[in-house]
Amino acid sequence: MGKLKTIARRSFLIGSAAIVGGVAFGAYLVKRDPENPLALDATDADAVFNPWVKINAEGITLVTPHTDLGQGAASMQAMLIAEELDVNLDQVTTSYGRPAAAYYNTAMAGEAVPFRSNDDSFVAGVARSTVDAVMKVMGAQVTGGSSSVTDSYEKLRQAGAMARETLKAAAAAETGLPISDLKTEGGAVVLPDGTRMAYTTLAAKAAQMDLVQDVALRDPSQWRLVGKPVQRMDVVAKSTGTQTYGIDLNIEGMVLASVRMNPRKGAPMRGFDATAAETMRGVSQIVALPYGVAVVADNTWRAFRALEEIEIDWAEAPYPAEQDDHWAAVAASFTPDRLDKEWRSDGDVEAAFEGAEVFEAEYRAPYVAHQPLEPLSAIVKVTDDRVDIWAAHQMPRFVQQRVAKRLEMDEEQIHFHNQYAGGSFGHRLEFINIDVAVDVADKMRGTAVKMIFRREEDFTQDFTRQIGMARGRGAFEGGKITALDLEIATVSSSRSQMARLGSSVPGPDMQIVAGAWNMRYSVPNLRVRGYAVPELAPTSSWRSVGASSAGFFAESFLDELIHAAGADPMEERLRLADDPDARAVLEAVAEMSNWGSPLGPRKGRGVALVTSFGVPVAEVVEVTDTDDGIKIDRVWLAAEVGRVVDPVTFENVATGGVIWALGHAMNSEITYSDGQAEQDNYHLSEGMRLRQCPVIEVRALENNPHVRGIGEPPVPPAAAALANAIFAATGTRLRDMPFFNTVDFV
Amino acid sequence: MKLNVDGKSHEVDVEDDMPLLWVLRDELGITGVKYGCGIAQCGACTVHIDGVAVRSCQTAAGDVDGAITTIEGLGTPDALHAVQDAWITHQVAQCGYCQSGQIMQAASLLGENTAPTDAEIDEAMDGNLCRCGTYPRIRAAVKTAAAKLQGA
Ligand code: FES
Ligand code: FES
Repeated sequence: MGKLKTIARRSFLIGSAAIVGGVAFGAYLVKRDPENPLALDATDADAVFNPWVKINAEGITLVTPHTDLGQGAASMQAMLIAEELDVNLDQVTTSYGRPAAAYYNTAMAGEAVPFRSNDDSFVAGVARSTVDAVMKVMGAQVTGGSSSVTDSYEKLRQAGAMARETLKAAAAAETGLPISDLKTEGGAVVLPDGTRMAYTTLAAKAAQMDLVQDVALRDPSQWRLVGKPVQRMDVVAKSTGTQTYGIDLNIEGMVLASVRMNPRKGAPMRGFDATAAETMRGVSQIVALPYGVAVVADNTWRAFRALEEIEIDWAEAPYPAEQDDHWAAVAASFTPDRLDKEWRSDGDVEAAFEGAEVFEAEYRAPYVAHQPLEPLSAIVKVTDDRVDIWAAHQMPRFVQQRVAKRLEMDEEQIHFHNQYAGGSFGHRLEFINIDVAVDVADKMRGTAVKMIFRREEDFTQDFTRQIGMARGRGAFEGGKITALDLEIATVSSSRSQMARLGSSVPGPDMQIVAGAWNMRYSVPNLRVRGYAVPELAPTSSWRSVGASSAGFFAESFLDELIHAAGADPMEERLRLADDPDARAVLEAVAEMSNWGSPLGPRKGRGVALVTSFGVPVAEVVEVTDTDDGIKIDRVWLAAEVGRVVDPVTFENVATGGVIWALGHAMNSEITYSDGQAEQDNYHLSEGMRLRQCPVIEVRALENNPHVRGIGEPPVPPAAAALANAIFAATGTRLRDMPFFNTVDFV
Repeated sequence: MKLNVDGKSHEVDVEDDMPLLWVLRDELGITGVKYGCGIAQCGACTVHIDGVAVRSCQTAAGDVDGAITTIEGLGTPDALHAVQDAWITHQVAQCGYCQSGQIMQAASLLGENTAPTDAEIDEAMDGNLCRCGTYPRIRAAVKTAAAKLQGA
């Protein structure tokens, strides 16, 4: 056992402000800090300073518990620790560590409570701390909600600083020199005469010391790494085919497997005939499951091919079989009994509409699949007293808890080895690959099973984005918007997701209206209401969650009103913008895009401003209406994120978010027929291709004291800005995504 | 059957119609080659046969009649190919899963044409999907690699 286990780590728990009340858990439990998971298997020679830093004679390990999904989380976390620890990135290795309560996400709370994220009032702070306490008690180690950087920003620098100061104390004890004479640099304590004592040689001594907890964080002006363009730690591996993803792992003695599940998601299998498959080359086992059939083979392709030869009788879908009925269910939900919550009510819209000419419009956002490029997979080995799981997941602790429950074992017996993911976009918040691999491996105890989903299976089983519609009513006077009333009805992806976790969403679902209710505009009369459509096909979190649809609705409708009023889309938004960050991002994109300058014929610009995950983002899209269809020429984006930790990744991910949003708005949807998704591979749900990619320029603003992530916020404004640009270029207003059902794209 | 992969000769016992992708990944353990779609829609599985890019998911093992080069044989972290070097300079990768295929496609293009125009780059790279949206960096990296190869 490590000696440092007893040291209090309360000072790490940034953000866990005192709880004023309203939590069902006792204050003692909330205040008790989670154990340091690194101490569990530390020896006397290991200095495990805290859950994030381990140093021994062999080297320096930084634990980066947020999963790297391609968003650069591993590098970002390492940079924050390394900044204060005074090590260079090429001197350390990173590890996901084991799933642990200590890695609970302190930042998710910000989006889980119903206060506008620019609302720093006392009551909002109390509510956030309440959710934070819940997250901590649950030990929710979550990567999502663009929260990794917020969660890590202070906590990981503190972790680095405490380790550094403790190493200095160890060096002082060894040399008899006063601590104030010691410096640190490049992974070593430097003595006044220039002698370097490497951290690795000091580790054994440091492990005997009391952890120095009273540390001051450096001023940003002294930073070497944070905010600087450094090389991402994984970029060489990812450019040479040497990065190992979950799908690439090879576990001693493993067999290969694949599965066909009922394409009518969630429904069981009635029966099957695998006679033809059984005798196919390489097939060792056909495994019947309640929801489908798996084939175990010696080669993935042989498993795929055998699956195609199995005749299966599937039960009916637990939701409407045909797409039209899904839309009808959404359309029928704008009723008082389906009202989830009236989220915003400024002024009096009804009074404002009286006697005025009321402008109306209706919008649609379809189901859309996630489909990161690495197909779902998991390797699982079950024995009677231990389970090992290798996969990439955004919620490692939930995997552990879920598998323990599924196999009726103790959590401590479940060993989850998190992996680099070939993308996620919310896909790896679900457990379907884990469940199937566990079920098959449970029937083959002692043998590791690598379960790989065919792309078609992955598409068919995808828990998509929510489907939804919006109805807007508005009025204007003298070129100014005077009233805006937005009703949004979607299925609740949060409830759908939480139900699969065996949990529920307390109270109304803010995601139905996310990006709309919190619009940073002062319209004299403004109302936003959310309606919950009863569960249809299962849905989940899709990059930017509710704001991907509600942001499109709000900014499309506002744009229509502004055009109807005869005002300029940028000027009127600037006039309505009611906080400095919102104004600043609008002004930035106006300047970047040279808004107002003359465009050639058949060209148009559109703008949109949506705040999601606490980040206001403005985007301008410029298009040309060519003879071959709409061409997206350029995009400008400005986002207020407080502080950019990794500027290279910031630019890459923000740009990628725009491409993601534009691609899916153009050409992607999932529709159901006979209870099954009709799109089962990329030719039917394509996203953006390279030839369609516009020139994109992004700018980060760093005025706000809150540090925020950029994974999701670039997504919500893009679809609206594109529709608004197409209207400006062609006079055609696109109200239904995907737009390729209405116009052609080059 | 005999396959020459990354300069090494291998004897494999597989069906003629097994896609080259699965011979490489599951029989030979070359996992730098990626499975994305299996139907020639994403390009993640791209390898070279005699220097020309092919989709290994659509190439039957029995039809291969040349030397195969995968991302792992194109260059290594210690001996980078010019395209890989440009990919690192531009820090193209996000999740990185598509990048093996992107790099092999770009290397094939530049093998035939060391001075591609923007339109030629777009056309050659259009079949390689990147779900993370690294396209602007891919375009820039192809140009950097082209410049380097011209100077070489
Ligand atoms: S896996 Fe071959 S093109 Fe997608
Ligand atoms: S980098 Fe993720 S798919 Fe291209």
